[in-house]
Amino acid sequence: MSNPARADAAGPTKAASSAPLLDVTGLSVLLQVNGASRAVLRDVSFTVARGEAVGLVGESGAGKTMTARAIGRLLPRGAQVRGTIRFDGSEVGALSGADLRRYRSRVAMIFQDPRVHINPVRRVGDFLTEALRTNLGVPPAQARRRAVDVLAQVGIEDGLRRLRQYPHQMSGGMLQRVMIAAALLTGPRLLLADEPTTALDTTTQAEVMTILDGLRREFGLAMLFITHDLDLAAAICDRTVVMYAGQVVEVRASALLHTDPLHPYTAALAAARPDITRTVHRLPAIPGRPLSAFETPPDECAFASRCTCTRDVCRTAVPGLAELDGGLSRCIRAHELRGQLQAAPDA
Amino acid sequence: MGQPTGWGRLKRMRWRLFARRLAILIASLLIASFVIFAALYLAPGNPVAALSGGRPLPPGSIHVLDQRYHLNEPFLTQYWYWLDNALHGNLGISIALRENVSTLIASRIWTTAGLVLYASVIIVVLGVGLGIVSGLRPGRLDTSTLVVTAVSAAIPAFVAAIALILLFAVKLRWFPALGNGTGLVSNIRHFTLPAVALAFASLAIVARVTRAAVRTESDREHVQTAVSRGIPDRYVIWRHIVRNAAIPITTITGITIASLIAVAAVVEVAFGLNGLGAYLVQAAQSKDIAVVQGISLVLVTAFVVVNLLVDVLYTVLDPRVALGGSPR
Amino acid sequence: MSAVPLASEASPPGRALALLRATGPAGIASAIVLAVAAFAAVIGPLLAPYDPNLPNLALAWVGPVGGHLLGYDFEGRDVLSRLLAGAQTAMLGPLAVVMISVPGGTLIAVTAAWCRGASDAVISSGLNVLFAFPGILLALLAAAVFGAGLPAAVLALSAAYTPYVARVLRGAVLKERSQPYVAALEVQGAPATLICLRHLVPNIAPLIAAQATILFGYAMVDLAAISFLGLGVQPPTANWGVMISENQVGLLEGYPLPALTAGACIVVVVIAVNVLGERLFDQAQDARR
Repeated sequence: MSNPARADAAGPTKAASSAPLLDVTGLSVLLQVNGASRAVLRDVSFTVARGEAVGLVGESGAGKTMTARAIGRLLPRGAQVRGTIRFDGSEVGALSGADLRRYRSRVAMIFQDPRVHINPVRRVGDFLTEALRTNLGVPPAQARRRAVDVLAQVGIEDGLRRLRQYPHQMSGGMLQRVMIAAALLTGPRLLLADEPTTALDTTTQAEVMTILDGLRREFGLAMLFITHDLDLAAAICDRTVVMYAGQVVEVRASALLHTDPLHPYTAALAAARPDITRTVHRLPAIPGRPLSAFETPPDECAFASRCTCTRDVCRTAVPGLAELDGGLSRCIRAHELRGQLQAAPDA
Repeated sequence: MGQPTGWGRLKRMRWRLFARRLAILIASLLIASFVIFAALYLAPGNPVAALSGGRPLPPGSIHVLDQRYHLNEPFLTQYWYWLDNALHGNLGISIALRENVSTLIASRIWTTAGLVLYASVIIVVLGVGLGIVSGLRPGRLDTSTLVVTAVSAAIPAFVAAIALILLFAVKLRWFPALGNGTGLVSNIRHFTLPAVALAFASLAIVARVTRAAVRTESDREHVQTAVSRGIPDRYVIWRHIVRNAAIPITTITGITIASLIAVAAVVEVAFGLNGLGAYLVQAAQSKDIAVVQGISLVLVTAFVVVNLLVDVLYTVLDPRVALGGSPR
Repeated sequence: MSAVPLASEASPPGRALALLRATGPAGIASAIVLAVAAFAAVIGPLLAPYDPNLPNLALAWVGPVGGHLLGYDFEGRDVLSRLLAGAQTAMLGPLAVVMISVPGGTLIAVTAAWCRGASDAVISSGLNVLFAFPGILLALLAAAVFGAGLPAAVLALSAAYTPYVARVLRGAVLKERSQPYVAALEVQGAPATLICLRHLVPNIAPLIAAQATILFGYAMVDLAAISFLGLGVQPPTANWGVMISENQVGLLEGYPLPALTAGACIVVVVIAVNVLGERLFDQAQDARR
């Protein structure tokens, strides 16, 4: 079960027993848009230990998907990458050819909308077995048997018949389970789940989430779970990384994120979510709109313009990630604001 | 959703779709044949004058014509006789040459068929090939392809014909300028320039559409999924990008090849080939109506059949169409 | 695009100019080429330096010399003058085809899409069936029946193109028809013809314009081909298609200029039409997103 107080779960401090499975340090990404370079990620750093589930939370434009794509080596052509991503000790950016394909079999992505992410004119069986056959050299008959087994594990019985079907003959929830099955088939060590349930209706969301979480724990897989839902991240993940405007602003054990946040943005996110147990007359929304990395002013805290705790010191330089109480925070005033961010964030 | 589908159901639905397309084909042919038939009556003057093309007829011929074409019976009955005859291979007599239209067609049909086939091969191999290559690699090859195809798409077959004759037949003397040739190798030599002229503009259009389709498919999310799972590039290109792009590619190639059937006439005239098209033009000029009707019927049938084949191919390529899903 | 896209208040010429400007340099260059061609079509015969129709066999096939930039054709007529004169039939024919088939096709498309349901099903099946006739074939048939000539060819092509236009536009009209503003107008009691004429059609006008431009190119090629075959414009009337067939024999005898220049004229105009049409089409697509 999750243990938020684990010493080696707190980011780039010296790990107690094992080196992290995934180690992202200083990751910055610039994309080419209409001939100009635009920053989408700035100095992103976090780790994922073996078997650990880490949530990646933020609003749209925060850079969550871009981070996953950088880790998965799926960035668009012309993207410039700085910083390092290490997986199991190897530098991911330097991989190519057979090594890169082996890496891809060990890091599996689960995408958001299964309908557009699965080839509609080919059978589900082809989709499931393709990586096994072409990347790992598994014979087709054996690949099919494994596919049927994994389908059963994600709750799809009658796998042989399903293998022959086409994607449009299945519901969204079933397709997402197929996507999960496909991700598990190559025997990965790390799952990159990009909002896997956002495109589904709520009852199906719960089903699929249960299956994903259950299988992950059963196989001892690490997971980077991307979502905009702070509560969902808290329920599934041991630790949570909060992103804003292309930067990591907080890394914290999930349970402590609500009770003792270290950054005003996290507190504001948590406060903005309607709580079924309380009555409020006005939802405390964060004023303004979420910024992307390239929109933020250069020499100040990216959140300064929307933060209720801004002081002059916030606008002097871009704050760095600093350790605090086993977590990380990019708020310059984090020490001062300790304990006050949970209630009315207005100090 | 999620209904069981075995081979049986898939086959049954494919047959139903095929039957529906076949029904539309038959309806098209009926209407087209009706128009072709009725043209006789739209001609100024009476049908006899039209049939004879304004030529003086020996006495008694009028009676023969009346009998043969049932000119004294109601319009629809005549249509029925004509259609019935046509289906049995009897398309009437050419006034000008005094021979069976069917015989005259049969001796020329292979020229046209060969020409269209040759041009189709050029279009598929060069057009689709160029489209795939330039669609997969943005860059200099791609921009030059765009420019070249924009220009050649605007060059009609007969303009291409004269340019090709000038360059390859007159100046370079690599190919003959006119005629059918005798024997297979000679035929191929004689048909090369005409086939290229016929294929010229269509090739450009097919290349452009192929390129656009390959581009679009390359950006699709399911391609990203395949890449993310470590599937080798060549599989991604052929089984995900090109395979999916095959749907719009087949559609445009089919439409283009079908249109060749009509444009072949122009090329045949330009190069002096004795195919159906050239003969049709001659007959139109000399107002040999029976021949015009006969050849038009054959060409329209070919046109509609090619379109049907494209539709059937479409259902094979896109399982969503056959099984009642919705193509994106 | 605004939430309720009623037909804008700007005047049609103003909107047309704005649309043109939005097509970029390639689009504008094409429009200029077309304007020149149209100009030549209208007053070409008056601009011609020499008589385009007067034969003088003694001068047949003479190359460019003196004031004759492009030389003489097979009957001793000045090629440049003949090209200018030929612009008339070469441009007016396709224009006529477009002016018949585009309004006709639009009418059918709007009727089918407006009525929806059974009427639409019948009409679209009909369109699918009518698709069977390629334009050139119909024109040949018409030439055989009515005699060779431009009017018959124009009518035949228009008849063949109308179902095509209707099919292409039907989808767009259906989409427009299901926009909320149409329902709003219906609820207010506006009559169907008013909604169609003052709101629906103007909103898909860019698409119609793009389609018409591209169709002009098709019609031009088809009509030139029919004239080339001797079944359209009849010699000695000047026409680019006719000039190619008249002077084709010159290719084999070392006098390619008359046929080639006529072909070049066709190609240049068709390129311009295609480029402009494609740009307009892109504009129309973007505006509807």
